Amino acid sequence: MCLAIPAKVLSIEGYQAEAEIAGVTRQISLRLTPEVKVGDWVLLHTGYAINVIDEDAAKETLKLLEEMCEVY
Amino acid sequence: MKFIDEYCNVELSQRLVERIRHKSAREVRLMEFCGGHTHAILRYGIRQLLPPTVEMLSGPGCPVCVTANADLDKAIALSGLPGVILASFGDMLRIPGSYSSLQKAKAEGADIRIVYSAMDALRLARENPHRSIIFLGIGFEATAPTIAASILEAEGERIDNYYVFSIHKLCPPVIRALLQSGEVKLDGIVCPGHVSAIIGSQPYEFIAKEYGIACAVAGFEPLDILLSIDMLLAQIESGKPEVEIAYRRGVRPEGNLRAQEIMGQVFETCPATWRGIGEVPQSGLRLRQEYQRFDTEKAFYVDPGPPREARGCLCGDILRGVKWPSDCRLFGQVCTPEHPVGPCMVSSEGSCAAYYQYQSHEAALSK
Amino acid sequence: MKSTEDRILLAHGSGGRLSHELVQKSLVPSWSNPVLNRLDDAAVFKLSGRLAFTTDSYVVSPIFFPGGDIGKLSICGTVNDLAMCGAQPLYFSVALIIEEGFRLAELERIVTSIKEATEEAGVEIVTGDTKVVPRGSADKLFINTAGVGLIPEGVDISGSNARPGDKILLSGTIGEHGLAVMSQRESLEFKIPIQSDCAPLNKLVVDMLAASPEIHCLRDPTRGGLATTLNELATQSKVGMRIDEENIPLQEAVRATCELLGFDPLYVANEGKLVAILPPTDAERVLNQMRQNCYGREGAIIGEVVEQHPGRVVMRTRLGTSRLIDMLSGDLLPRIC
Ligand code: SF4
Repeated sequence: MCLAIPAKVLSIEGYQAEAEIAGVTRQISLRLTPEVKVGDWVLLHTGYAINVIDEDAAKETLKLLEEMCEVY
Repeated sequence: MKFIDEYCNVELSQRLVERIRHKSAREVRLMEFCGGHTHAILRYGIRQLLPPTVEMLSGPGCPVCVTANADLDKAIALSGLPGVILASFGDMLRIPGSYSSLQKAKAEGADIRIVYSAMDALRLARENPHRSIIFLGIGFEATAPTIAASILEAEGERIDNYYVFSIHKLCPPVIRALLQSGEVKLDGIVCPGHVSAIIGSQPYEFIAKEYGIACAVAGFEPLDILLSIDMLLAQIESGKPEVEIAYRRGVRPEGNLRAQEIMGQVFETCPATWRGIGEVPQSGLRLRQEYQRFDTEKAFYVDPGPPREARGCLCGDILRGVKWPSDCRLFGQVCTPEHPVGPCMVSSEGSCAAYYQYQSHEAALSK
Repeated sequence: MKSTEDRILLAHGSGGRLSHELVQKSLVPSWSNPVLNRLDDAAVFKLSGRLAFTTDSYVVSPIFFPGGDIGKLSICGTVNDLAMCGAQPLYFSVALIIEEGFRLAELERIVTSIKEATEEAGVEIVTGDTKVVPRGSADKLFINTAGVGLIPEGVDISGSNARPGDKILLSGTIGEHGLAVMSQRESLEFKIPIQSDCAPLNKLVVDMLAASPEIHCLRDPTRGGLATTLNELATQSKVGMRIDEENIPLQEAVRATCELLGFDPLYVANEGKLVAILPPTDAERVLNQMRQNCYGREGAIIGEVVEQHPGRVVMRTRLGTSRLIDMLSGDLLPRIC
């Protein structure tokens, strides 16, 4: 349900932005995430950024995983 | 790809699986609510990694599977109206309704366009000012705000030939309905990831508090899913169910407030009929009074005839988690991915399609 | 009003003067060869040995796409069908079904690309046909091609020849043609840096056969993608197949587009790739030879043929688990769920 993938925002014009995933680009809408800045990563679902990806949280989760798995 | 590959790490996954195996002492039954998780679990073969003590059940989180035939029939009928272009996500095309499918209607001459985004449907409206563009609004809380945003855009641009047939559905109310029925016993729920990007994790609190069931919001990469299962097992072991987030890069407890606001501005909740589950209060979304002119319900009248269910199809029971696809007499015989009888066999997230793959895989390897 | 000369009229297909003009001015000079130039009712030529004969119709929309067009496709597709039987493609027919109103300039572009493709593949167009149908009766341009080729002595290639223990080779990255075409269709709006892989593979096959005449099966994974082709071969040969996800070459952009649209690259069409199945002893040698050819540079050994689970293809995933790879059911439609 609700396929969404991380995309990087390249440029912004009003509510429109150009986003990129591995060289693939598309005009996306920032209506749901007006706080986005150029260079941010967003979760892209049906052409709309539905959330900004929290890069710190992403790192923390990976660190947590490393720690959790240390003893195994 | 960034934020994807890191969470597919093989070595970490293996160690996490070890940890889960070690931790899992008693038999537990978990439900992955979301069809996207069903799909990912299949794609990565995650079932094979889990200890036999962990049972995974698929939930009703596949928007096309839960769409009632009555709604699907209506969409098909709308597509046949003169002057109409029906824009739909590709997912809906092959789903059989009572009498036909959108794919068949298209073959018979209906103008049906597959779009990737509500933005693209809106563009169709701009480019075809003399046609009525009806957008088939399916999906849960992750998708509904995007449709709401498209309506706001249409309003801003004074586009008057764009309509939405809203058959959106909401997740927490149906989870409540499932649990309330008491039909299925669960120890934990893997909560949807992208729905939660919008609504946050708070709306699931009642599951832990009122029903004592562990909850973890998960992303869609292997490590995301394994982490959520690890969290659920820990909660179950400690006897302290709560709502945890295993997908913090995409989900905050409060969700995306702006998206919630836009969704609330355009839509209001209403009762909705779910396939197999029936009417669930406050589990649907309809356009608010102020946006009625975008509402197909107000602008068009169609009578597709009384809905019929495919005979022998158990999709409804399967969606409620009370029957297995293998309980269906049609499964794998009459009903296959090439010749699907019910929606659960069509959608790549459908339980029957997933189980079909799983079973053929097991059969292949056991020979 | 625009000049009428730059569009195809119904009269261009009437058999009258305009038809002749079209054939003699636009087609024959470009595809010129002694057999064609005679312009008799049938092509007459001598050929002896084991022949392969195939035909295919091309209805791709849009007719121009990144990396090719319907003309190039109509030659490469038929060249590849012959090459997959181990045949050296030689003589071709080309039939054009043109929609009234089609731009002459576009037709010329396509005629030229047909010519370039035939030159690259080393085949000759020896006969052809042109029809014009009223506007709306066809989508711009349909092309049918047929071809004959000669199978060298000692070559025995068939989809039913795979044996347990054989290795499965793939000539390069998958999914490009399908996505390149789809990216041009209305309503999707993605800018995808992907070119169709459309290419004639007959010379690659010659190189491979030179490295080992023992090649058991060859097939090009077109519609339905790699997954469907492997299933066909497994069924035909009554063997099982195991492939390794990690070894299947894939461009990052293809992977990303597939993630976006909910596709599995294993099911996306290719027009310039081949799958080869051959004894393990020859696998490395053929692979090395393959990589020397510009159409096989990213070739890889992706799996092997097994006795178990006949007719089934099982893939080892990146996580080390396994997954059944079925044929494609239904159309490939972008999904959001
Ligand atoms: S196997 Fe087919 S008929 Fe049976 S429940 Fe599933 S979708 Fe319905």
